[in-house]
Amino acid sequence: MSPTEARALLARLLAAIAPEVDLDALDPAVPITDQVELDSIDVVRLVEAVHAETGLDIPERDYPAVATVEGFVAYVTARAGQAPDPS
Amino acid sequence: MAHDRIWDEARRELAGLPGGRGLNIAHEAVDRHAAGPRRDLVALRCHRRDGRVETLTYSELAEATDRFANVLAGLGVGPGDRVATLLGPGAEQHVALLGTLKARAVACPLFASFGPEPVRARAARAAARVLVTTPALHRRKVAPVRHRLPGLAHVLLAGGEPGATGAGRPDAGTLDLASLLAATPAAWTVPATDPDDEALVHFTSGTTGTPKGAVHVHEAVVAHHATAARALGLGPDDVFWCTADPGWVTGTSYGVVAPLTHGATNVVVEGPADPARWCRTLASAGVTVWYTSPTALRLLARAGDDLPRGHDLARLRLVASVGEPLDADLAAWARRALGAPVVDTWWQTETGGIMVATPLDGTAPAGSLGRPLPGVEAAVLALGDGGRADVRDGRVRPVESPGAEGELALRAGWPSMFRAYLGDEARYAACFAGGWYLTGDLVRRDAAGWLWFVGRADDVINTAGHLVGPVEVEGVLHRHPAVAEAAAFGVPDPVAGEAVAAAVVPVPGAEPGDALRAELLAHARRHLGPGVAPRSVDFVTELPRTESGKIVRRALRRAAGAPSPPPTTGGAAMTADRRDRPAAGGDAR
Repeated sequence: MSPTEARALLARLLAAIAPEVDLDALDPAVPITDQVELDSIDVVRLVEAVHAETGLDIPERDYPAVATVEGFVAYVTARAGQAPDPS
Repeated sequence: MAHDRIWDEARRELAGLPGGRGLNIAHEAVDRHAAGPRRDLVALRCHRRDGRVETLTYSELAEATDRFANVLAGLGVGPGDRVATLLGPGAEQHVALLGTLKARAVACPLFASFGPEPVRARAARAAARVLVTTPALHRRKVAPVRHRLPGLAHVLLAGGEPGATGAGRPDAGTLDLASLLAATPAAWTVPATDPDDEALVHFTSGTTGTPKGAVHVHEAVVAHHATAARALGLGPDDVFWCTADPGWVTGTSYGVVAPLTHGATNVVVEGPADPARWCRTLASAGVTVWYTSPTALRLLARAGDDLPRGHDLARLRLVASVGEPLDADLAAWARRALGAPVVDTWWQTETGGIMVATPLDGTAPAGSLGRPLPGVEAAVLALGDGGRADVRDGRVRPVESPGAEGELALRAGWPSMFRAYLGDEARYAACFAGGWYLTGDLVRRDAAGWLWFVGRADDVINTAGHLVGPVEVEGVLHRHPAVAEAAAFGVPDPVAGEAVAAAVVPVPGAEPGDALRAELLAHARRHLGPGVAPRSVDFVTELPRTESGKIVRRALRRAAGAPSPPPTTGGAAMTADRRDRPAAGGDAR
């Protein structure tokens, strides 16, 4: 998966769980849960949605790595599928 | 009466205010130890967000809480005034709550995950004069509704959290707490306190109407102390950690008060909770007794056995659960993975402390609620047509045969019993009949005396151990112009036990579809916060109603795949699988 696709995936899944969140307004380097109201149940739902859509399992120990927008994009890009970035 | 003995024993263990000036929770929790041989032992062990660990001895906690009481006095806030806190877990919450009690003001903890509307509704009902919060929470949840809280004279900001971009530039109409604490005298004398003086207001939810503010008095400390010893085996050498959020009753009764009255070390963990951090903290703090919830244990179990196995949990001697039903499989997993016995405890916001528990000796059958603690008298009352205890001419009738379902009731008069719902005398009176407090939980009692949870007798939703009132959710949905009718109800959730769901009838012309669904979810989350807002919205053409027009939320639950509710008349055998039953329990969290 390309970084662009990973970001689009995050936007789509987040919109289903917390549609009030504007991904573009977030600081990509700061943990998402420090910027907007997501509780632990939201986070579990997000991780499960990633698994359902991509088959990618994000284990508990990797949660810190996907806590920010840029962390999520890097993590998913590196692990989900092998498609090169079209750019 | 013989069963009052454990309360009398606890009263003897507590000191009372010097000079026979009464009983004050904060004196028993802090000053009593600060004036004695435990003064230099660690009272609070705070694990900060950045990983630092800071400790406060009993003597230091006494000084910090004295200063907070002095800050309140300097603001003209005193006995009977209500001081709300909107803070996540952290030392600030402990200092504010105990300092408030030292000033004989009334502490009113609010859940920091509430959105602006639940915060406003509760602060207004409590007539809070002071609110203690952080800059970020203030900006998101208080500033938008402050103009609708005319009685709120002072907002004190405790700093230090990510996103608190206003550091050094306090928001208009707020005061910086750290500056006030630094500028105030350290010495404070707790004024004479009657055991029946109001100490705490904890909010909870019912099916109908506004949130209920349950009032507790200083005498509650007798039950906090006694029940922590009986149900949790707590003593002065323990390192205790309660994961309940400070905005709920468990976060006060056992998150703040009980470990300190025992002179134990109380572990406080700031910032977001996750299973890896729980395991690290249990190991590094050397926690001996962990009081947590089925939701936390389910999150831990999802993370797998390897996580706890990778940490040294040798000091952990007891895991206790509260807030939702603890099923036998989850308890067995926790016992194996954490290497410690697991007990369940049952109580409610209204009871103020643990009332029913599985014994420490492990003799309870797996999956049962346990038995009433010594000093607590429980009955299972026969049900009437409404699915609640059958009350006729003020009298109730205990069920005769073992195994028969009924409403769990407690003989009124234990020390931590709530003394009022704020501004709602009729609702308070309706909780009692024939000398019993009616809990609203349906149970059965087997021939050996063990209690088994069956379900709630009302439509309250128990999500992650927090009670959500459907009317509060529906009220916010109704305010959206596309909503003609709305109903909120609980559906089974693999992690939270129950999740809040909503069924919406759109107004004519509104297009039911993904765009409107997203708009309604966003609207609800903005106003209610993620812990209260629905996680899903479905569109329907009409809501199921009784002939008198009342929404039948149980029909919506069933349509959404929830198991059948318990029968509404007594006598039938329990049929629901415990793991699938409607969630329970009271926000004893």
